[in-house]
Amino acid sequence: MRAALVVLAALAAAPFLGFGEGYSLTLLARVMILAMAAVSLWLLVGGAGLVSLGHAAMLGIGAYAVVVLDDVRITDAAVVVPVAMGAAGLFALVTGAVAIRTSGVHFIMITLAFGQMAFFTASSLAAYGGDDGYTLYGRMTVLGHRWLEDRLVFHYLCLGLLALALLGTQMVLGSRFGRVLRAARENELRVEAVGFSPYPYRLVAYAVAGAVAGLAGVLLANATEFVAPSYLAWQRSGDLLFMVILGGLGSLQGAVLGAVGFVLLEEWLGHLTEHWRLIFGPLLVLSVLFLKGGLVGVLRRG
Amino acid sequence: MSLGLLLVQGLNGLQFGVLLFLVAAGLTLVFGVMDFINLAHGVQYMLGAYLGASLAAWTGSFWLGLVLALPAALVCGLVLEWLVFRHLYERDHLSQVLATFGVILFLNQAVRAIWGSAPLQMPVPALLEGGVMLMPGLQYPVYRIAILVAGLAVAGLLWVLVERTRIGALVRAGATHAPMVAALGVDIRGLFMLVFGFGAMLAGFAGVMAAPVLSVDPGMGDTVLILAFVVITIGGIGSVRGAFIAALLVGVIETLGRSLLPDLLRLVMAASPARQAGAALGSMLVYIAMALILAVRPRGLFPVRG
Repeated sequence: MRAALVVLAALAAAPFLGFGEGYSLTLLARVMILAMAAVSLWLLVGGAGLVSLGHAAMLGIGAYAVVVLDDVRITDAAVVVPVAMGAAGLFALVTGAVAIRTSGVHFIMITLAFGQMAFFTASSLAAYGGDDGYTLYGRMTVLGHRWLEDRLVFHYLCLGLLALALLGTQMVLGSRFGRVLRAARENELRVEAVGFSPYPYRLVAYAVAGAVAGLAGVLLANATEFVAPSYLAWQRSGDLLFMVILGGLGSLQGAVLGAVGFVLLEEWLGHLTEHWRLIFGPLLVLSVLFLKGGLVGVLRRG
Repeated sequence: MSLGLLLVQGLNGLQFGVLLFLVAAGLTLVFGVMDFINLAHGVQYMLGAYLGASLAAWTGSFWLGLVLALPAALVCGLVLEWLVFRHLYERDHLSQVLATFGVILFLNQAVRAIWGSAPLQMPVPALLEGGVMLMPGLQYPVYRIAILVAGLAVAGLLWVLVERTRIGALVRAGATHAPMVAALGVDIRGLFMLVFGFGAMLAGFAGVMAAPVLSVDPGMGDTVLILAFVVITIGGIGSVRGAFIAALLVGVIETLGRSLLPDLLRLVMAASPARQAGAALGSMLVYIAMALILAVRPRGLFPVRG
C-alpha cells in the first residue's frame, strides 16, 4: 500500500503546498471522490472478478438521493448519508440478484443494461430537472452545522472517507469473507467443492460496493452542488472501469493511482484542445494493449 | 388511445426492431465465433449514417449514397479490425471492453470534429416519398415500410447464408466450438475477418437506412449499441435466430412502452404524474423485460453453447 499512502499524504499536504485555492481544491475533491468510487469498483473487479459496466449508476443514485432529500429541505448528513448509501446498496442488491446469476460477458451486459435503466429513469424525472439536472440549495449540514461550506473541511472530509474506504476494503479482502470472494474469482468449481456457494458472497460484495459508490455520489453532489443524469451515463461507468485498469488489478492501491492518473490526464488534455478525446481514446487503447498490470505494475518493475 | 395509433406505433416498433437486428446480427456473430466483445460496433452504425448522409449530399442521390456507403463502412470496419481489434482476441473480456470503449471515445469525437455536433439531415429518396393509407384518415410513410421490408429481406438473406451455405456452416461451427473448427484445418482468422467485415457492413446499412427517419448525431451509435447488447443477451449470444426474435421484441416493447404507457397510466392517475411515471417506466420496460427473461433463462432464449 506504499504508493497509495504517498498519494494520500500528498493529498493531505496539498492545500499547504500551493494547491489551496478554489480551482485546485475542486479538482482534488474530484480526484478523491472518483478514487473512492474506483476503490468500490475494485472490490468487484479485482476482488471478486465481477466486471461491472454499470457502476456509475450506484454513484448517481447516491447523488440523486441527495437531490430528492434536498427538494424537501432535508439536508443533514445524519439523514442524507444513510439514505443515499441505503438506496444505492438496495439498487445493487436487487439488480445484483439477477446479474450475479449470470457470468462473464452476460454479467458485463446486464450491469450495463441496469445502468442504462437508472440513467433513463433519472432523465425522465421532470420534477428534478430531467435532462437538465438539479442545482442544490447548498451543501449538507452536519448535525446542524454548516461545516462543509468550508473548502478545507470538505477537502479533509473527502480524504478521510477515501482513507476509510481503502482501509475498509483492505480489511474485507483480508477477512474470511474476502478470501471466499477471491477464491471464487480464481476457481469457482473448487470453492463449490469445498462447500461454499459463491452467490451470496458475491451478492453481498456487490451491494457493499454499491453503497460505498453511493457515498461517493453524495460527496460528488456536494462538491459540485449540482446533479445531472450524465452522472449515471454508461460512459462514466467506462471511465471508472478504466481508472481501475489503469491503476492495475494486482493491488487495491491501483484504484487510487488510476483515479489520480485519469483525472489529471483528462484535465491536462482538456486544457490542450477542445477535442481532447481524440488523444484520450487512443491513449486508452494503447494503455490496455501495452500497460499490462497498470501503474502498480510499472511501479513494481521500476 | 385509438386502434390507429396502436397500429402506427406497432409498425414503428417492428421497423426499429429490424434496424436493431441488423446491428445485433454482426455483434452476435462476432461474439459467437471469436468470443470478442466489441463495444465499438455501435460506432459502425453511426459511421454508416454519417457516410450515407454525406455521400448522398455529395452525389445528390440517396441511392448512390447508399451504394457507396456500404463499401466505405466495410473498409472502416476492416481498418479498425486490423489496427486494434486483432490484438485483443487473446485478451480477457475486460481488456476488450476497455479498448473498444477507447475506440468509441475517439470516433465519437472524430465525428464531432469533422461534421460538428448539430444533427445531420438526409432526405427521403423521391421514389419512397409519401404515404400509404392504412385506415381511412391514417397515412403511414412509405419509407418506413421500405425499411421494414429491406430489413426483413436482409434477415432472410442472412438466414439462408448462415443456415444453408458452407460458409454459414463454418460460422455456426465456429460459434459452437472454435478450437475444434481450427483443428479441422479451417482458417478461423480468415473466417472471422469475413464475419467481422460483414457485420460492420450490416450495421452501416442499418445506419444509412435509419438516417432519413432518425437524427444523425454523434451519440446515435451508443443508444443503438446498448439496445443491441440487450437484444443479443435476450436472444442468446451467437444465435442469429435468437437475435432476430429478440430484436423485434425489444423494438416493439421500446416503442410501444414509450408511446403508450403515459396514456395507459392516465387511466389510473392524474395527467401530470402519469406523463412522468409513464416516461420513466416506458424507458425502463426493455430492461425489466430483459431482467425477467434472464432470471428464468440466464443464458438467453436460444443459447448456442450448452
